Amino acid sequence: MSSERLFSLRNRWFATAAGVTALIAVASATVGFVWLPLLQPTAGFAGLWDAICSAAGLVRAVPVAEPVVQANYKTTNVNLSSKVPGNSSAISIGRGATLAMQCTMCHGARGLSEADSPNLAGQYALAIFKQLQDYKSGARISAIMGPRVVTLTDQDMHDLAAYYAYLPRLPAYHPATARPTPRIVESGAPMRNIAPCASCHGSIDYKGGSPWLEGESPVYLMTQLNAFASGARHNDISQQMRNIARGMSPAEIEAAALYYASQP
Amino acid sequence: MLHSRRLILAHFWLAFAGFGVALILGEWQMFIRSPLSAWIGNPEWYYRSVTAHGTAMAYVFPTLVAMGFGYAITEAALKRPLIGGNWAWAGFALVAAGTVTAVIPVSLGLASVLYTFYPPMIGSPFYYIGVVLVVAGSWIWVALMSVNLYTWKRANPDTPVPLAMFANVAGSYLWAWTAVGAAIELLFQILPAALGLTTTIDAGLARVFFSWTLHAIVYFWLMPTYIAYYTIIPRAIGGRLFSDPMARISFALFLVVAMPIGVHHLFADPQVGAGFKFMHSVFTALVALPTLLTVFTICASVEIAGRLRGGKGVFGWITALPWRNPMMLAVTFSFVMLGFGGAGGLINMSYQLDASIHNTQWITGHFHLIFGGAIVIMYFAIAYDLWPHLTGKALDSFRMMRIQLWSWFVGMIVLTFPWHYVGILGMPRRMAFYDYTDPAIAPQAVSVIASVIGGAILVVSGALFVAVLVRGHMAVRVEPGEYRFSVAAHQPARVPAALNGFGLWVSLMLALTVINYGFPIVHLMSLRNTSVPVVWIGAPR
Ligand code: HEC
Ligand code: HEC
Ligand code: HEM
Ligand SMILES: [Cu+2]
Repeated sequence: MSSERLFSLRNRWFATAAGVTALIAVASATVGFVWLPLLQPTAGFAGLWDAICSAAGLVRAVPVAEPVVQANYKTTNVNLSSKVPGNSSAISIGRGATLAMQCTMCHGARGLSEADSPNLAGQYALAIFKQLQDYKSGARISAIMGPRVVTLTDQDMHDLAAYYAYLPRLPAYHPATARPTPRIVESGAPMRNIAPCASCHGSIDYKGGSPWLEGESPVYLMTQLNAFASGARHNDISQQMRNIARGMSPAEIEAAALYYASQP
Repeated sequence: MLHSRRLILAHFWLAFAGFGVALILGEWQMFIRSPLSAWIGNPEWYYRSVTAHGTAMAYVFPTLVAMGFGYAITEAALKRPLIGGNWAWAGFALVAAGTVTAVIPVSLGLASVLYTFYPPMIGSPFYYIGVVLVVAGSWIWVALMSVNLYTWKRANPDTPVPLAMFANVAGSYLWAWTAVGAAIELLFQILPAALGLTTTIDAGLARVFFSWTLHAIVYFWLMPTYIAYYTIIPRAIGGRLFSDPMARISFALFLVVAMPIGVHHLFADPQVGAGFKFMHSVFTALVALPTLLTVFTICASVEIAGRLRGGKGVFGWITALPWRNPMMLAVTFSFVMLGFGGAGGLINMSYQLDASIHNTQWITGHFHLIFGGAIVIMYFAIAYDLWPHLTGKALDSFRMMRIQLWSWFVGMIVLTFPWHYVGILGMPRRMAFYDYTDPAIAPQAVSVIASVIGGAILVVSGALFVAVLVRGHMAVRVEPGEYRFSVAAHQPARVPAALNGFGLWVSLMLALTVINYGFPIVHLMSLRNTSVPVVWIGAPR
C-alpha cells in the first residue's frame, strides 16, 4: 500500500483517473469551443480561430454591418463620480453667493423660490452642478435657464453648487395636514419595473445625482415628471427617470408631486 | 472514546445557536413579504435580515458542524486523542470572533450586501473581515485534519485509513481549496474598496472568483451528510456498509469534480465565454456520478439491514426496516429530499433550461430543499448520534426525535414545493416586496402563504431539536461505550494507494481548476476599464 508508486503510468488508478479526466476535458472543450460555435451560421465568424476566440470570451469588435445606435438628441456630458463637483471651501461658497445675485429674482433671496421655479437651498451640490452643465450643453432645454448659463464657467458652476448646497433647507410650503406616503414613493411598482422613489431620492436610500425633492413646488415636480414621461426632458443618465415616469399613471404623478411638495 | 468532548460540544452549540436565530429570521422574511403581512415600508430591513440569515446559514452553521464533526471523527476513527487541541480551540475562537465581527455591522444595517457580497455593493469592512476570520478559523481545522491523518499514517503504514477519516479529510481539502476563490475576492478586491483604498471594483472578475467558491462550498456543506450516510447509518440501523472502496471513490470524485464547475452560477453573465460555460456544464453533469454511487451504495446497505432483520422477497426487506429508529427516518427523508432537489438541480445545470428559472424563487426553493432539507436533517442525525458520547448522558427522547424529524421533512416540503412553483411562474428572488394586488401575480399569493406555513412548521421543528439536545444534557448518566462507525460487508485489509491518500485526487482538482478557471481569470484581469464605481451600502444619507 505505502510501497505502491502512485504517480506512474503503470499504476492503473493513476492512468485511468488522469486519462478519463483529460479525455472529458478535451472532448468538452472541442464541443464547447469548436463544434457548438460553428453550428451557429448567423454568428458570422471569420473562421475557426475566430469562433474559438469568441467562445473563450475574448472581446470582439462589433461587425461593421451593425452601426452603433446614437440618440438623435443631445445627451448629458456629465460623468458622475465622488470627485464631482469638487471642494466646497468657504471661498468657493463666497464666490457662489456673489454669482447667485443673478439668480435671486427667480430662485429666491436664499434659494427658496416664491414662484414655481425650483428651490435650490440645500439642494445636493452634485445635482445643481449637473443641471447647470446640462443647461449649458443643451442636454436639458429651458428657454429661461438656457441663456443664463452660457457665460458660466465650470468653476462658476462649482461655486454656485457649493453655495446653494450650503444654504439651509427650509420648508417652503406648510400644508395643514401631513399626507400619508403614497405607495409609488414607498414601494414603487415592481410589476412595472418602477423602483421606489425613496430608494434614490432619499429616506430609504440616496443615489448620487438624484435631486432633493422635498418642499419643491408641486407644479414644478409635475411638470418635470411629465417632461420625463414625454421625453421632452432627456438629460437623465441611462434614462433612469424617463423609464420611471413613462410607467407612471397621471394619478401617481400627481400623488408623488403633492407628497414631496408637502414634505419639510 | 472521545477525548475533546468540550471542544466538539462548543462547536455544535455555537452552530445550533446561529442556526436557531437564523431560522427565525428566515420565517420572518417569508412572512413579511407574503400577502399575510403589510409591507414593512423599507426594504433595507429585509436585506439586513437576508444578509444575516444567509451568512449564518451558509458560512457559520455548516462550517462549525463540519469542524466539530471532523474532530469527533478524528478521535473516534483513529482511536487516539486529537493532536493540536489548543490549535483547535484557537480555530474555534477565530470562527466565534469572526461571527461576532460580521454580525454587528450587519445588524446595524451597515453591510446589507447579502452573503454573496454582490460587488459593486460595498458595506462595512468589518463584515468582510468577520467572514475572513471564520474562514481562517476553518483553515486551522483543515491543517489539523491533515496533521492528524499523516501522523496516524506514519504510525500505521500498513492499515487502510479508516473510511470516516478518509472522507473527513477529503472534505477538508475540498474546503481549503474552494475557499481560496472567495478569499482572493475579499482580500484583493472587496476589502481594499471597503477600506476606502480604491473607489472602483471589477465586479465581473469578482463574480468569477466567487463562483470558484460557490459551487464546492455546497459540497463542503454536504460532506458531513455523506459521511453520516456511509459511516453512521448502516451501523445505526443494524446493517453493513455495502462497499468500502465505492465510498472512497465517491469522496475522491467529489474532490475532483465539485470544484471546477462554479461557472454554472454565471450562465447569465456576459464576462465569461460560452465555451467555458459549456465545459463547466459538462463537469457539473459529472458531479451527479458520486451522488448516484452514494444513493446506490446506501440503498444497498439499507437492504442488507432489512435482510439481516429477517426481511424477505423483493419488497419485504423494506417493511422489516427499523422505522421507529430516528436514524432510519432521517436517512429516508434525506434521500427523498435529495431526490427532488437533485431533479431540480438537473434543470439548473442545463445551460438552456437554466435561463427560465435563473434568479427566480425556484433557486431559493431548490437550495432550501437540498441544503436546508437533505443536508441539515442529517446534521440533526449526527448530533443525535454523537450526543450521548459527548455528554455522557442518555439521549432517549425518541418520540420527540421522531416528531422533530417528521416535522422538518413535512415543513421543508410545504415550504419548498410552492417556492419552486412560484419560481416557474417567474417570481424573482431576493426581492423585498411583491405587489399581490397586481392581477398578474395575485394567483401566487396562495403559494406564498403555503410557504409561510411550511416555514412555521420548520421553526417548531428547530425548537424541538434544541429541546431534545438540552434534555440530553439533563438526562441520567450512562456509559456510552466506544463510538463506532459502520463496518463494511467486506471490510478491506488493504486498499490501493490511490484510495488511501489524496495525492492523485488533489492533483486532478488543481489541474482542472487551472484548465477551467485559468484562462477566464487571466483574461479578465488583463482587460482595462472593466471596473465600476463602488456603491456604498449603509453610507450616511
Ligand atoms: C428668470 C428666472 C430664473 C433665473 C434668473 C434663474 N433661474 Fe434657474 N430656473 C428657473 C426655472 C423656471 C427653472 C426650471 C426650468 C426647467 O423646467 O428646466 C430653473 C431651473 C434651475 C435649476 C435646475 C433645478 C433642478 O432642480 O433641476 C438650477 C440648478 C438653476 N435653475 C440654477 C440657477 C442659477 C445658478 C441661476 C443664476 C445663475 C438661475 N438658475 C437663474 C428660473 C430662473
Ligand atoms: C433609479 C433612481 C431614481 C428613482 C427610483 C427615482 N428617481 Fe427621480 N431622479 C433620479 C435622478 C438621477 C434624477 C436627476 C436626473 C438628471 O440627471 O437630470 C431624478 C430627477 C427627478 C425629478 C426632477 C427633479 C428636479 O429637481 O429637476 C423628479 C421630479 C423626480 N426625479 C421624481 C421622482 C419620482 C416621483 C420618483 C418615484 C416614482 C423617482 N423620481 C424615482 C433618480 C431616480
Ligand atoms: C424556517 C425555515 C426557513 C425559511 C422560512 C427561510 C426563508 C428564507 C428566505 C425568505 C430567504 C430569502 C430568499 C430571497 O430573498 O429571495 C432565504 C434565503 C436563504 N436561506 Fe433560508 N429559510 C429557512 C431555513 C433555512 C435553512 C435551514 C438554511 C440552511 C441551512 C437556509 C439557508 C438560506 C440561504 C443560504 C439563503 C440565501 C440568502 C441570499 O439569497 O442571499 N435557510 N431563506
Ligand atoms: Cu453550484
